[in-house]
Amino acid sequence: MKQLVTLQINGEAQTSAVPPHWTLLEALRYGSGLTGSKQGCDKGDCGACTVLVDGQPQLACCSLAVTAQGKAVTTIEGVADARGPAAIQRAFDVCGALQCGFCQPGMILSASALLARDPDPSLEAIREALSGNLCRCTGYTRIYEAVALAARWLREPGDMRGEQANVMGPAAEGFSVVGAPLRKRDAIGKATGEVRFTDDLVLPRMLHGKFLRSPHAHARIVSIDTSAASALPGVFAVLVGSELTTSYGIIPWTPDETALAVGKVRYIGEAVAAVAAVDEDTAMKACRLITVTWDVLPPVLDPERALDADAPLVHEADPKGRALSSNLCKEVGLSFGDVDQALADAAVVIDDHWTYAGSTHAPIEPHCAIGSWDPDGRLTVWSSTQVGHYLHRELARVLGVAESAVRVIQPAVGGAFGGKSEPFDLEFAVAALSRKAGRPVKILYTREEVFYAHRGRHPMRFHFRIGADASGKITAVDNDILLDGGAYHSFGLVTAYYAGQLLSGPIDFGTYRFRSRRVYTNKPCNGPKRGHGSVQPRFPLETAVDEIAHRLGIDPIEMRRINALPERGGTTVNGQFVPSCGVRACLDAVEAASGWKERYASLPPGRGLGVATSMYISGTAYPIYPNDMPQSAVVLRGDRSGRITAFCGLNEIGQGSDSVIAWIVSEETGVPLSCIDVVSGDTDLCPVDLGAYSSRVTMMAGTAAKEAGERLGARMRDAVAAKLGVPPERMRRRTGFWFDGDDPERAVDHVTALRLAEAAAGMPLGEVGAFRTRKLGADYRGGTIGASPAYSATAHVVEVDVDRETGVVKIVGVWAAHDCGRAINPVTVRGQIEGSVYMGLSEALMEEMVHDGKGLLKATSLLDYRIMTSMDTPPIDAHIVESIDPVGPYGAKEAGEGPLHPAIPALANAIWHATGARMRTMPFTPERVLAAIRAVGTREQ
Amino acid sequence: MPTEITLRLQINGEQVRRIIPANRSLLDFIREDLRLTGSKHGCDVGDCGACTVLVDGAPQLACITLAAECEGAAIRTIEGVTDGGGLHPIQEALHRHVGAQCGYCTPGIVMAMTSLLEADPHPSDSAINEALGSNICRCTGYTKILAAVREVARPGSPS
Repeated sequence: MKQLVTLQINGEAQTSAVPPHWTLLEALRYGSGLTGSKQGCDKGDCGACTVLVDGQPQLACCSLAVTAQGKAVTTIEGVADARGPAAIQRAFDVCGALQCGFCQPGMILSASALLARDPDPSLEAIREALSGNLCRCTGYTRIYEAVALAARWLREPGDMRGEQANVMGPAAEGFSVVGAPLRKRDAIGKATGEVRFTDDLVLPRMLHGKFLRSPHAHARIVSIDTSAASALPGVFAVLVGSELTTSYGIIPWTPDETALAVGKVRYIGEAVAAVAAVDEDTAMKACRLITVTWDVLPPVLDPERALDADAPLVHEADPKGRALSSNLCKEVGLSFGDVDQALADAAVVIDDHWTYAGSTHAPIEPHCAIGSWDPDGRLTVWSSTQVGHYLHRELARVLGVAESAVRVIQPAVGGAFGGKSEPFDLEFAVAALSRKAGRPVKILYTREEVFYAHRGRHPMRFHFRIGADASGKITAVDNDILLDGGAYHSFGLVTAYYAGQLLSGPIDFGTYRFRSRRVYTNKPCNGPKRGHGSVQPRFPLETAVDEIAHRLGIDPIEMRRINALPERGGTTVNGQFVPSCGVRACLDAVEAASGWKERYASLPPGRGLGVATSMYISGTAYPIYPNDMPQSAVVLRGDRSGRITAFCGLNEIGQGSDSVIAWIVSEETGVPLSCIDVVSGDTDLCPVDLGAYSSRVTMMAGTAAKEAGERLGARMRDAVAAKLGVPPERMRRRTGFWFDGDDPERAVDHVTALRLAEAAAGMPLGEVGAFRTRKLGADYRGGTIGASPAYSATAHVVEVDVDRETGVVKIVGVWAAHDCGRAINPVTVRGQIEGSVYMGLSEALMEEMVHDGKGLLKATSLLDYRIMTSMDTPPIDAHIVESIDPVGPYGAKEAGEGPLHPAIPALANAIWHATGARMRTMPFTPERVLAAIRAVGTREQ
Repeated sequence: MPTEITLRLQINGEQVRRIIPANRSLLDFIREDLRLTGSKHGCDVGDCGACTVLVDGAPQLACITLAAECEGAAIRTIEGVTDGGGLHPIQEALHRHVGAQCGYCTPGIVMAMTSLLEADPHPSDSAINEALGSNICRCTGYTKILAAVREVARPGSPS
């Protein structure tokens, strides 16, 4: 029975009949169609649904709609007024405080409530006011700045106009756009709640799907009875594994997953059946009516135990049907130089074991997909994916239709970090359920399901040996790595290689050997998380290097300078060519900013500084499936109205890749940013780009955009030159104009330039550009894995305050310098650095996927799975180093993943500096830190 | 502010209950409240037939029907012309005969013809003409629409 509720929503009285159990969030999103308030967790943990009720922030997912009867509700849609976005929204935009934008509606409302009661809030007041709003992208720093700026604007309204201009600062020397701190093109739409994420889309007659998931970590499915579920009124389709048996996987050699379990389940939470019904409640009810008869098998949960001869087998056969006799999923062993001799000759050797805990991405937007078939038998899937192209291929294969009959559209994605970079059960399920029901079907994961989908950071165990000569030069590294893969392969063979192959810079080793073994266990599958495979081994490496430095009496920063790869044209011990490496400049920057030299020797007990470095790929040398086609492409369409549209299949996930394309096209054509559109993430409209993974987009799509832009720019230049009667090489451009370099008064605006070019061509203006695969990598088996066109470099200094009585670690300061080659936009690069630092520190301090003895994941909410909030995150001091790489567009390299790596070892080294305790196991919880401090105390006695 | 009423009806087999202004037309209710935009606004005065839906099986002009009149009724729109999946025979025939050009009047025509064929699977030409009389089409000249309907009404016979 529904109940009448009248709410004053954004100043308008709205009466609606709602089911009494509906939350305020459901009433707003489904009843009123106001989709700006987001569903991130549905249990009041994340704050994405925050609205103001009578002026006070309230979690709409935890309040019943009926309890808001008669009250004034302000949603993000009501923050702006007829004059445009409010100061707080403009400040978020100008400060670059929006990345994916999913948490920001809630955050902006919390900030509005703060500013209403405190016109001049302190940093601590801002951090406290936002502490109920989790953000996984930004690292909060830009958000603190935005709230402070909005407060200033509200106190002194005259201030606002100047800072709102589209261009907020000058471009780099010799450029008109590149290097300027520009606003992202989607930021204001995200700040006002207008940008639509997948779950915000509603199709006519759309059904809602739910999964029945396994309660067992390891069990055979004897039978499934779906008859009662199918008979439930409101149910339109039920799907089980035997209806969709083609296996898939992101890596073409290892397709070991099916959309729904076939024959057996391999982890608690694996999908067994799916239902589409008129609404989620009915679908859930139907799932409960499905009866599964299980033959429960013993699970294998520990990766070392998984290798025992008598361990239960997670997979009895490989994807080709050949019987397996072990849980070893992938083993890689590579050796470079005589490691044993180098260790024997070393002045210092560290030989110990390290454990890296698994962690998960926890994007605030849960995965969501919608499937719909048109009457001609074409499928469209909208999905929160990072890899639209790979999803396109796998959908066609699994559903048994031609790739030409499938379209994948990627709406705005609310955070991904690698957690949405392969196909998932829901994408196949919405397609198959929709085909059965004849209606569109949407599935939105619950927060619990996001934890089961996982693909997070692999737990790794290391036996790590490292040797150095008396001068501090690292002469040998020997690393034995055990990766806990979880139930499926995912990117597994790449992860196994990356754990070894990516470690060889910026610290250069004399000799190197690694063995990397990935094993199957009955747990949610691990995969790529920001800094795929290479974050973990930096924990042993960079903490051991620190230890050697102290044993040899070398300053830890100097130690890293001694061992750094050359700034230009270095080659790593495993044969990877590194065109540019700015790690020395990064070390200089963090040394100066942190006051290292003045303070390192004189900090009081309990206070410590730690340093660490890293290097990361800017895209992988080769595509995931071998082919000779470009890895990224851009198509430009010039229009006589003065606009350019850029089409590129890239996946914008909040990192700003759409904006990067627009900035580059504007740079090359002189067409102002306000006249450039970017169409991305749609496999029907766009040329292929392989997706948002391995930090490839600026390098590859950026190169494609630059090539296409140069070609279109050349047409405009030549046409204007002919008109002005000057040689083309004398033409120059600045934003909005082409002009004669010898006589700048002779100028033609960009609209006329496009028209002249179209007339000269005698056909509409279209140009293409691409990033083509080049031969890279070393000449041995596995030598192309880890090969990249260019490598970024990073250095961090972290300062901590450790309570020696409780083991609580407080992060006091973070200085991060990152060599991104060239900052095409320094604001977005800083955002990537800060977000990376935050994510690394959060997993170092508190994140861990913990399972009980039966394989049940213990923390499946954003409260129980602890992540850093604004209260835990100090402002991060980000520095940009520009080494101007010879390969990347304008010299640019990656910025989205590299800056995460050093956070963990830098924090560990700071804890040692503060306490004398060497942390070998993550995360650095108070219990572990206290135990490590006490162990030092015992040793010293 | 007009009086608000509570309306309960069935739409394409699903029960809905909504609070709506008492003066809301059935077409606005379907298009705006239920977001089913297959039924079209052509004239808003009952002249063109583009808004034709079935109310308890009978064709009705949704633009000149008050939603309030449909309390308890079963409504079918173009989105619910088949239960799920596939096309209705009349849709298939229209497709085969290229009976739709701009397609704006087509939903109304499909609904009118569905009602006709469900009441009488083999209507005479004059019954077809009569039933199509309330639906204006400016593109096709009706020839291909009539051919499509005849084919469904009398399979096998020359159209």
